Amino acid sequence: MAHHTPLHDTHIKLGAKMVDFAGWDMPVQYPDGILKEHDANRKGVSIFDCSHMGEFIIEGDHAEKDLERIVTQSITGMPIKTCRYGMMLNDKGGVVDDLIVYRMTDKVWMLVVNAANIAKDRRNILKHIARSVRFHDISTRTAKLDVQGPLSREVLLQLLPGIEKLEYYAFDEFDLCGERVIVSRTGYTGELGFEIYCPWDTAQKVWDAVLADSRVKPTGLGVRDVLRIEATYPLYGHELSDTISPLEAGLKRFVDMNKDFVGKPALLKTQEEGLPRSLVCFVSENRRAPRAEHKIFTSDGVEAGDVVSGTFSPALGRGIGIGFLKKEFTSMGKNIIFGDTKLKANAEIVPRPFYKEGSLKK
Amino acid sequence: MDIINHYLYTKEHEWIDIDGKTATVGITDYAQSALGDITYVELPGIDGQVEQFEQLTALESVKSASDIFSPVSGKILEVNDELTDDPGLINRDPYEKGWIAKVEISDEEEASNLMTADEYRSYLESLDRNDGGAAEAEE
Repeated sequence: MAHHTPLHDTHIKLGAKMVDFAGWDMPVQYPDGILKEHDANRKGVSIFDCSHMGEFIIEGDHAEKDLERIVTQSITGMPIKTCRYGMMLNDKGGVVDDLIVYRMTDKVWMLVVNAANIAKDRRNILKHIARSVRFHDISTRTAKLDVQGPLSREVLLQLLPGIEKLEYYAFDEFDLCGERVIVSRTGYTGELGFEIYCPWDTAQKVWDAVLADSRVKPTGLGVRDVLRIEATYPLYGHELSDTISPLEAGLKRFVDMNKDFVGKPALLKTQEEGLPRSLVCFVSENRRAPRAEHKIFTSDGVEAGDVVSGTFSPALGRGIGIGFLKKEFTSMGKNIIFGDTKLKANAEIVPRPFYKEGSLKK
Repeated sequence: MDIINHYLYTKEHEWIDIDGKTATVGITDYAQSALGDITYVELPGIDGQVEQFEQLTALESVKSASDIFSPVSGKILEVNDELTDDPGLINRDPYEKGWIAKVEISDEEEASNLMTADEYRSYLESLDRNDGGAAEAEE
């Protein structure tokens, strides 16, 4: 049976369409539909139930040193109450998972990982940490609610006084609904936003408290994917996988090549040999959308790569896609074709991100 | 779900409004609701020939693409150009302003392969029953 978040009944009562996601029965959209949910996020405030995601606590004198070897980003000397995005790699330079590292205290860290990868991540971390470092998987007792959108700070200010002081990628503890919660200024939509980590049993109270403000709309995984593609954030299983390196995925800025970490020798080798493929973003000539199962072709119809993410973009009013071009096609020019055996449609390669007007750092 | 009494229906949730030799084709309220916000409609080529239950065109919602099948055989006379810029017309008004194409019917006998409004209503109920059964079995 599929796992349920603490808000499962609430989603059903709201009339959400539910789908299986990584073994969880999750809301893909609410009755107003994805376009209205998109509007709510880009112009107002939206709330996502992301309680399916994984949270680990890593604790000990040696935790900083061990994490430094596990995560691609530099984390030594990270200020307390800040977070950083990075990846864990395997020996071949492929991505085990992408994650956010939170420094709680000098010796205590929280890692937030993808729901589908919790078991794999746990094994990977345990393989690389010293015996003296304690590892706790707190996923099943930690709910996560993302409040995102240009008005999110204004709405949360009532419930979480002091939240206005949080800088981008910083976090703090707050009292909310009679519990201690962690709130970070992070997100996955390209808008100003906050992620609230609270005890499983408190999630309903927090959800209700945030939604008491009529400016807030519940939003599902459907629009979450649209928003993250518009902002060109990677999604594990699409832009990232065990066989895709962060360099191919265009995430070099989250890899510190000046330190040692698992997978670095493999990355150095690919760098030397030249990347086998590279990530491209493209915009359809009309509203027709590329899909993850499509291929990319040159304007002459030669197969040049794969689409890994695609959607209609409400912000651009056109189809948008992300894909990988094989090495020999990376300098082929801007005009491409996407499609399959049946469908061929024109598109143009564009610089990322697709959506640039976000309130993310405002 | 809205169903128009004098239209005929397919199992793939297309409707057809027959007026003499001309048939107007669209998708049902049930179909638009299941698809969600429609974001793109590929309009079929005028003068093209279609066969009954063969692909007429395709449309897309935010997260998926679906084929639309022709309820009758014939020649495409007209397409709804308004759908190019406003595919949401299908969501807002699936049975009137959201029509997709007009077809010149080549074989009037084919109408007997389609469902009446009452038959389509029962068909939707049977789908709902099956859905409910599947959901219960999963629990």
